[in-house]
Amino acid sequence: MPEEYRLILKHADAPKYSNDIECYMKHGGYKALTKALKLKGKRVEGKGVIPPQEWIREEVKASGLRGRGGAGFSCGLKWSFVDRRSGKPIYLICNADESEPGTFKDRQIIYKDPHQLIEGMIISAYANDVNLAYIYIRGEFVEGAKILNKALDEARKKKFLGKDILGSGFNLEIHVHRGAGAYICGEETGLIESLEGKRAYPRIKPPYFPAILGLYMCPTIVNNVETLCAVKHIVADGSEAFAKLGTPNNTGTRIVSLSGHVKNPGYYEIEVGKATIGELIFNENFGGGLREGRELKAIIPGGSSAKVFKAGETFKMKGKDKKGNPIDKEVDLLDLPYDFDSLMAAGSMSGSGAIIVMDDSTDIVDALSNVSEFYAHESCGQCTPCREGSLWMSKALHRMTHGEGRKEDADYLLNIAQNIQGRTICAFGEACSWPVLSFVKKFKPEFEARGAEDEQRKAEEVSD
Amino acid sequence: MSFEVPKKLETEINRTIKHYPEKRSASLMLLHALQDHFGYVSKDAMEWIAQKLDLQPINVYELVTFYPMFRQEPAGKHVIKVCRTLSCALGGAKELHGHVCKKIGVDPKAHGLQTAKNGQFSVEFVECLASCGTAPVMMCDDDFYEGVSLEKADEILEANK
Ligand SMILES: Cc1cc2nc3c(=O)[nH]c(=O)nc-3n(C[C@H](O)[C@H](O)[C@H](O)COP(=O)(O)O)c2cc1C
Ligand code: SF4
Ligand code: FES
Repeated sequence: MPEEYRLILKHADAPKYSNDIECYMKHGGYKALTKALKLKGKRVEGKGVIPPQEWIREEVKASGLRGRGGAGFSCGLKWSFVDRRSGKPIYLICNADESEPGTFKDRQIIYKDPHQLIEGMIISAYANDVNLAYIYIRGEFVEGAKILNKALDEARKKKFLGKDILGSGFNLEIHVHRGAGAYICGEETGLIESLEGKRAYPRIKPPYFPAILGLYMCPTIVNNVETLCAVKHIVADGSEAFAKLGTPNNTGTRIVSLSGHVKNPGYYEIEVGKATIGELIFNENFGGGLREGRELKAIIPGGSSAKVFKAGETFKMKGKDKKGNPIDKEVDLLDLPYDFDSLMAAGSMSGSGAIIVMDDSTDIVDALSNVSEFYAHESCGQCTPCREGSLWMSKALHRMTHGEGRKEDADYLLNIAQNIQGRTICAFGEACSWPVLSFVKKFKPEFEARGAEDEQRKAEEVSD
Repeated sequence: MSFEVPKKLETEINRTIKHYPEKRSASLMLLHALQDHFGYVSKDAMEWIAQKLDLQPINVYELVTFYPMFRQEPAGKHVIKVCRTLSCALGGAKELHGHVCKKIGVDPKAHGLQTAKNGQFSVEFVECLASCGTAPVMMCDDDFYEGVSLEKADEILEANK
């Protein structure tokens, strides 16, 4: 039976575990940092002796760690893009905006085990020659910001932060920066603008890749909370131990946020790909199934921006037979391993690791209307297709959920969505069009029926 | 009455500004500080921040109109935020919001922050609060409340009367 594997949340929910530094250190906290700071140069084949900072970066690359914020991009590769020759300072920013609907994992770390994040950040900063770092936390986490500030003070007192950390000669300061309720601050270049004290207008890439032109036009690394915690474990246990967890190309653990119509919603840390979507929803160790008498209708597998799956869907996937020869196989939705690659192969994504489950009591038009209203509210407004399109889609759906549907609405929605994706500055364009494209395509009869019913009712009202 | 920031708060603000290599970065933190203190961001507050950070008032004003958490009008004594996004909607957010609105006597259909006549409470339907596993969710001032049944909502309102 698949079970949770708690690496990052190992202690968070243990009785008597608290978020102060004494408790963290009693459980082995800051040992990885001490280890990192004591590392000497390493001899690597073909490269000679490399400095310890580069060695840590190599370890992170070798671990296979992929970003936990949404895109699932290799962390080691991202770090390797950092411009280290510009002579400008390099900045590290922890993305603690946690604003993708359905996601509530980073808050578990911040509220219950903030020192783990701080230790991960100090190590990541050391490895990347960063002397000034920020935690960008969403404005509503007022308590979270307080907890982090207290934890940072504690770390300063113990000389884990500040000048000449533990006598290593390395200097680092970390500050908490609060957002103010705008989803687009989660997008890394929007976040950077916001941290510069401006509206969170995402920047166009190229040329504004954070690794080259980020905060104050200096090289900048933006990583999610969970990603930075994973770095601590990679340094503590070695890249090989980390890569042994999970599945090939989908290494380590991942905290899955499970919400919606399941008996036991909550956060579950699993080895990536070692549980299927079906197990996460139905297994007693996880969601525990649907409510009595209900059937599965739809699943959003990676935060509200991910394309929806319809219950009963199957996917043609590449696999291997017993002898290792490549074969095509058909995989049922519920048998999809919950990892980055499988979900992508099935046409969606594991995004922020948030699964939203909908049973057959869900009005699918209502559900999409809800999601679209979110995006219409949160578009930053810079790009016309996104600003106008997200609003038109939301308005059409609002009409449809208020008895004013039209037969052609389904195609109208698809048409708008198709004209947004790929035509915008940032990935919000995809985030707002993917739900519409997938919901309408996969549940088209329901959308068309809604419009047809409304038109018929109105025709009858007129003829009465 | 002229606009005045207490000395203690200003000292704290001066310290915050030092966290950044460029002063302008402190804008959001200063807006939070002044809104926390005065209950809203007045024109005077924006001008004060602009001066403090060597900016034009428009540089601050454009933030207040962009970031949903800032308000230019005083709110009720307690501000309630009910999450309206999908997971909470599946868990009964609309009923919860409707119930709270009725209790304090504001229109649930009206957009934006709604303040009760007696000034005790303001209510707002907001986007995902990152607590979706315990839907429906609401905040009262800085505190989170999870799995809020209608009875529990009544208790929270009662406790903050
Ligand atoms: C519209 C949008 C919203 C995003 N919101 C978040 C967020 O709330 N938290 C987060 O960590 N990443 C978010 N991201 C992803 C970030 O842009 C960025 O890829 C991530 O922080 C990188 O960290 P990682 O490599 O550790 O995953 C968002 C991206 C987009 C396009
Ligand atoms: S795609 Fe949308 S959110 Fe992104 S920059 Fe353009 S308007 Fe803003
Ligand atoms: S949907 Fe309500 S907290 Fe996320």
